[in-house]
Amino acid sequence: MKALAARRHDRRAPIVLLLLALLLTGGLYAVLAPTSADAAPKTATADDVATGEKLFQANCATCHGPSAGGTEDAPSLIGVGAAAVDFQVGTGRMPMQMNGPQAQAKPVQFDDEQIEQLAAYVASLGAGPAIPTDDMVDPAQGDVANGMALFRTNCAMCHNAVGAGGALSQGKFAPNLWETSPRHLYEAMQTGPQSMPVFNDATITPEEKRDIIAFINEQGDVSPGGLDLGSLGPVSEGLWAWVVGLGLLIGLSVWIGAKSS
Amino acid sequence: MSTHDPHTELDVRGADGAPQRFEDPGVHEHVHRQADIDPKATKRVERQVLLLFTLSILATIGFIVAYFALPPGETPESMRTSNLALGLGLAISLLGIGIGGSHYIKVLMSNREYVEERHPQRTDDATREIAVQMLKDGAEDSGLTRRGAIIGAAVTAIALFPLAIVLPIVGNVGEDWNVRKFKHTMWRKGTRLAYDPTGRPIKASDLTIGSVAHVQPADLDEAEHPLDEKAKAVVLAIRLDPRDIVSEQGEGWSYDGIVAYSKICTHVGCPVALYEQQTHHLLCPCHQSTFDVADSAKVVFGPAKRPLPQLPITVDDEGYLIAQSDFHQPVGPSFWERLT
Amino acid sequence: MTTTTTSKATTPPSAGARAVGATADYLDQRTGLGHAVKFFARKVFPDHWSFFLGEIALYSFVTLLISGVFLTLFFVPSMGETHYEGPWASMNGVEMSEAFASTLRLSFEVRGGLLMRQIHHWAALIFMAAIVTHMMRVFFTGAFRKPREINWVVGFVLLILGLAAGFSGYSLPDDVLSGNGLRITDGVIKAIPIIGSYMSYFVFGGEFPGTDLIPRLFTVHVLLVPALILALIGLHLVLMVMHKHTQYPGSGRTNNNVVGFPALPVYAGKLLFNLFVVFGVIALMGATMSINPVWNYGPYDPSPVSAGAQPDWYMLFLEGSLRLMPGQAEFVLGQYTVSLNVIIPAMVVPGILFTLLALYPFIEAFATGDKREHHVLDRPRNRPFRTAFGVSLLTAFFILVLAGSNDLIATHFHLSINDITWVFRVLLFVGPWFAFWITKRICLGLQRKDRELVLHGHETGRIVRFASGEYIEVHKPLDAHERWLRVQHEAIRPLEIEPAEDSRGVRRKGYRRDTIRQRLSQVFYEDRVEPVTPAELEAAHAAHGHHGEVEAAPEAHGTPELAGASGRTGGGQHLVDPQDETSPETRNR
Repeated sequence: MKALAARRHDRRAPIVLLLLALLLTGGLYAVLAPTSADAAPKTATADDVATGEKLFQANCATCHGPSAGGTEDAPSLIGVGAAAVDFQVGTGRMPMQMNGPQAQAKPVQFDDEQIEQLAAYVASLGAGPAIPTDDMVDPAQGDVANGMALFRTNCAMCHNAVGAGGALSQGKFAPNLWETSPRHLYEAMQTGPQSMPVFNDATITPEEKRDIIAFINEQGDVSPGGLDLGSLGPVSEGLWAWVVGLGLLIGLSVWIGAKSS
Repeated sequence: MSTHDPHTELDVRGADGAPQRFEDPGVHEHVHRQADIDPKATKRVERQVLLLFTLSILATIGFIVAYFALPPGETPESMRTSNLALGLGLAISLLGIGIGGSHYIKVLMSNREYVEERHPQRTDDATREIAVQMLKDGAEDSGLTRRGAIIGAAVTAIALFPLAIVLPIVGNVGEDWNVRKFKHTMWRKGTRLAYDPTGRPIKASDLTIGSVAHVQPADLDEAEHPLDEKAKAVVLAIRLDPRDIVSEQGEGWSYDGIVAYSKICTHVGCPVALYEQQTHHLLCPCHQSTFDVADSAKVVFGPAKRPLPQLPITVDDEGYLIAQSDFHQPVGPSFWERLT
Repeated sequence: MTTTTTSKATTPPSAGARAVGATADYLDQRTGLGHAVKFFARKVFPDHWSFFLGEIALYSFVTLLISGVFLTLFFVPSMGETHYEGPWASMNGVEMSEAFASTLRLSFEVRGGLLMRQIHHWAALIFMAAIVTHMMRVFFTGAFRKPREINWVVGFVLLILGLAAGFSGYSLPDDVLSGNGLRITDGVIKAIPIIGSYMSYFVFGGEFPGTDLIPRLFTVHVLLVPALILALIGLHLVLMVMHKHTQYPGSGRTNNNVVGFPALPVYAGKLLFNLFVVFGVIALMGATMSINPVWNYGPYDPSPVSAGAQPDWYMLFLEGSLRLMPGQAEFVLGQYTVSLNVIIPAMVVPGILFTLLALYPFIEAFATGDKREHHVLDRPRNRPFRTAFGVSLLTAFFILVLAGSNDLIATHFHLSINDITWVFRVLLFVGPWFAFWITKRICLGLQRKDRELVLHGHETGRIVRFASGEYIEVHKPLDAHERWLRVQHEAIRPLEIEPAEDSRGVRRKGYRRDTIRQRLSQVFYEDRVEPVTPAELEAAHAAHGHHGEVEAAPEAHGTPELAGASGRTGGGQHLVDPQDETSPETRNR
C-alpha cells in the first residue's frame, strides 16, 4: 500500500511543480523596474553654468568634444537645450557606458543639482527647448481621451498601444513608458532622443503633450479584465492559453484518466 | 493488387517451428482500489465528494450575491473586482461539480474493465448482396434506367437552379465592382496637408529637422466615405536635413527637406509608421519591411518589394504644405492590374 | 459482457424509481428508446487521459456556444458611426463604430459581460489548442488508419472551420488591432492573380474598409461556421461510435476487441463531468486574466497601428510566414503584377502544410500497402518515419509561429529583429530536416532500448558474487504484461513488387505506380528495429545460461510463463531473480 501511495505522489508531483513554476514565473514577470525621482526645475544661475561646464568637461567632453561641438562618436550638443540634457542624463541614458544599438536607461549617475547644472551649461551654448514646468506635465490637467487619440496615431506604432514598448530595426527598441516620469515623457517628445522623431510644439502642442502624458499615466496599473499579461497583445495571450489553460486541462485529464489506487 | 503483402507472413511460424511472435498474455487481473476494500477510505472519499458539491452550491450563491453587490462601476478597479468575483463564483461552481463528479467516478464507481468484441466495418457478403439487389430493384422501380434524357435534363436543371441564388449574391456584394478606385486617392493639386487625427493644416515651418507629422488630406471630412479615403490617403511628412537626401522619386517633389511618403505599406497594406530619426528608416510593425526615406523610400529589408509612393508637395502663399498632385502610382499593396 | 442484475429486484421500488420507470415506459412506447439504450448503455470505451483531448475541444466549443449566445444579445454588428459615452475615460466622446461601442458597453456596463467576453475569447484559444493537441495524439498514435481515414478528414475540416470561426470572431469588435489584421487580409486577397482585386471588392463590398464587413463577418461567425462545425462534430462523433474507440496497446487489447469501461455509468459520467471541468477552467481564466482589451487599441481607423500587431496564436504561423519572405519575389509579367512575395507565404506555404496534413493517412496507407483495419494504437517510437514526419511538420509550424513573434523575441531577449528574421529564414529550411533526423534516431534508439529490456530484464543494482569469484548484476526479467507491450507491434517492412515484365516478357500495367509505391515504402520503412521474437529471447537466455538450465521444448516458448516463472538466470552479466518480479499492475499502462 505504501508503494502505491508513493507512486501516486510521483504522478502528481510534476503537475504541482509545473504550477508552482508557473506562479513563480508570473510573479517575477510582475516585478517592476525601479522608478526615477522627480525634481522641479529652477532658474539657472551663472554659478550653475560654471559648475555644469566642469561636470561636462569631466564626464561628457571625451565623446561630445571639449566645446560640445560633437565628434565622430557623438553628436553636437549646441542648441539641443536643457530638456535634452535633463532627459538623457536624468534617465541615466547619458553618460553612455558602452556602444550598442542605442543608449539605454540605467541608474542615474548624477544628483538632481548636478543634472540641473549640466543642463544649464548646455542651454547656455545655444537656444533649445527648456525643461517643462510641473504644470505643463501634470497628468491631472490632461484630457485622457484626446491623449489616447494622439498617442495611437503618433506613438503606438513604436511604443505599443498602451506604452508597453516595442521593437525597432537592428536591435533598437522603443522602451516601455509606464515608469517614465511625466517630465521625461515631455522632454522625450520635445527633443526626439536617438531614434525617436521630434515632436515640437507645432506638431504636438504643449496641451496635447499633456493629454498624452495623462493617457500614459492611466496605463500599466489596473486592467479591468484581471492580469494584463504584459499588455503585449495576442502573442502573450496565446502563450498563456497554452501554458495555463491547456496545461491545467491536460493536468486534470491526466488526473481523471489515472487509475485510483 | 500486384504488390505483395508482408503482413500475411507475420504470424507464420519460423522454419524451425518456433513461434515468430509472442502471445498476448490477456487482460490484467482486476485490482481492488483502497476504497473498494477499506471502508474508512470509502467514507473519506464520500466526504470529499460531498464537500466539492457543497462548494459548488456555495459558489453559485456567491455568484448571485456578487452580481447584486458588486456592479462593474466606473473605475477599472471596480470592474476588475466585479469580473473577478463573478468569474471565481462561476469557476468554483463549475469546477466543484466537475472535480467532485470525476473524483466520485474514479474512486467509488466500479472500475471493472469489460471486453467487447469488434466487428469489421465491412458488411458481410450476404448483406452486401441484399443491399445491391435493393438498389437495383429501386432503380428498376423508378423506371429511370430506360429514360436517359429525363435523367440528363433533371441533373442539368438541378445543377443550374443555384445560379438563381448565387448570381444576386455575387452581383450585389461587390457594390460597383469598380476596382480602378484602387489607383487613385483624394489628393489633388492644392490639397492641404493636415495633422492626423486633428485635421489642423500643417505649416512648413511646423516641421523642424527630425520632425515627423502623420498626415491626412485637410478636406478628408468632406469625402463621401472618409474611412475608405483615409485608408488610401494617409501620408507621413518628414523633415530631413536637405544634405541627407540621397534621392527622391521625382524632381522637386519635396519642400526644403520635407518629404511626404504614403503610409500604406506596399507589402500588404499595414500603416508603415515607425520612423527612426537617426537612420531615416521607416519600419512596418506588421512584417518589418524597412524603407529608406532619404533614398526614395527604397526597401532595405523585409517582405515588401516596391518603395512607398511619394506625394509631391510644396507650400501655398500662407506657408501651408499642399500637394502638387495625386500620387503618381497606386498606393498600398500590389494587385494584378496595378500597372494597367 | 456480464450482466449486473442483482437480487435487489425483489425489493419494492421507491417512488423515484417508479417515476423513472413510468417515464421510460412512456418514451419507449413512442420512440422505441429501448433499442438505443440497449445499443449504448453498456458500450465499452477504452480509457486514457489523451482520449480527453478531443473532449476538451468539444467542451470548449460548448463553452463558446453558451458565452457566444450571451454576447449576441448585447453586440451590435454595425459599422455605423456613433460617439461613445460611458465609464471608460480614454474613450469618452470618441467617434467609433456601433460594433466597437457595443463591445465597450457589454464589457463595462453589462454585469458579467466582461466575464462572458473573456470566457468566449479564452475558450476560442483553448478550442484551437485542444484541436491541435487532439490531432497530434491521433497522428502520432496512428489512429487515422483504416477505417478512420474519413474521420481524420472530418477532423481536418473542423480544424479549418475553427480557424475561420476564430478569425471572423476576432475581427468583430472593429478595433485597430483586428482592423489591421483585416487590412493584411485585404492585401493578401489583392495579391491573388487576375481575380484578386475583384475578390477584395467581393469581401469588403467595395473598397477597404467599407461599411459591410462587420455585418457580413457576424453572419459568418454566428451562423454559417458554427452550424457547419456543429454538423461536422455530430458526424465526427457518430463515426467514432460506429468505429468504436481505438485503444492503446497492452495485454488483452487486440484489433478484434475493445477493453474499457461501460458507457453507463463510468463513461457517461466522465463525459458529463468533463464539461464542467473544461468550462470551469476557462471560467477561471476569464475571471483572472485579461484578454483582447480592445479599449487599449481603440476603434478602427486606417491610419494608426501599434507595436505587437499580431493575430491570435492559431493565425500566427501565417504572420510569421509573411514576415520571413524576402520581397524580391514580386515581379511584373507584361503589365500585370505577380506578388509572389505575398502568394508564397500566405497561400503556398500553408497550402503545403495543410495538404500534407490532410492527405497523410492516404499517403501512409499507399506506402504501407496495408488494407486491414487497425484499432490498436501505435506507440510513436514503433513508427519512426511517421513520428519524425509529424515532428518535422510541427517544427516548421513552430518556427513560423516564432517568426510571427519576432518583434517580441527581439525586445525580450535584446536581439536584433533583422538577425532573428535571418535566423528563422534559415531555420525554416534546416529545422524540419534536423527535427526529422533526430526524432527518427530517438525512435530507433527507444526501440533498441525496448529490445534490450525484453532480452535482459530490468537492472536491479544488486551485485552477486559467485563461488567462482565472478561478480554479476542481478537482472529482473520482465513479466508477461510488460514484455507484451514491447513486442506486440509489427515492424513493417518495405514492400516488394512484382517484376516489370511477366514470364512472357510483356510489360505489365501499373508497374510504374508500383515502383513509386515501392520507393515510398522504402523511405517509410527502410530503417526499422524488429521486435524481439521468442526465439531471440531463448537465445539470449541460452547465451547467459550459466547454471546449465536447459530450456524446455520449443513449443513451450511464447507462453506468458516464459521468463518469469521458470526462474531462468542470466549469466555473464545477468542473473534473473524470479522472486523480484515487477507487479503486473505497476507496468504496462
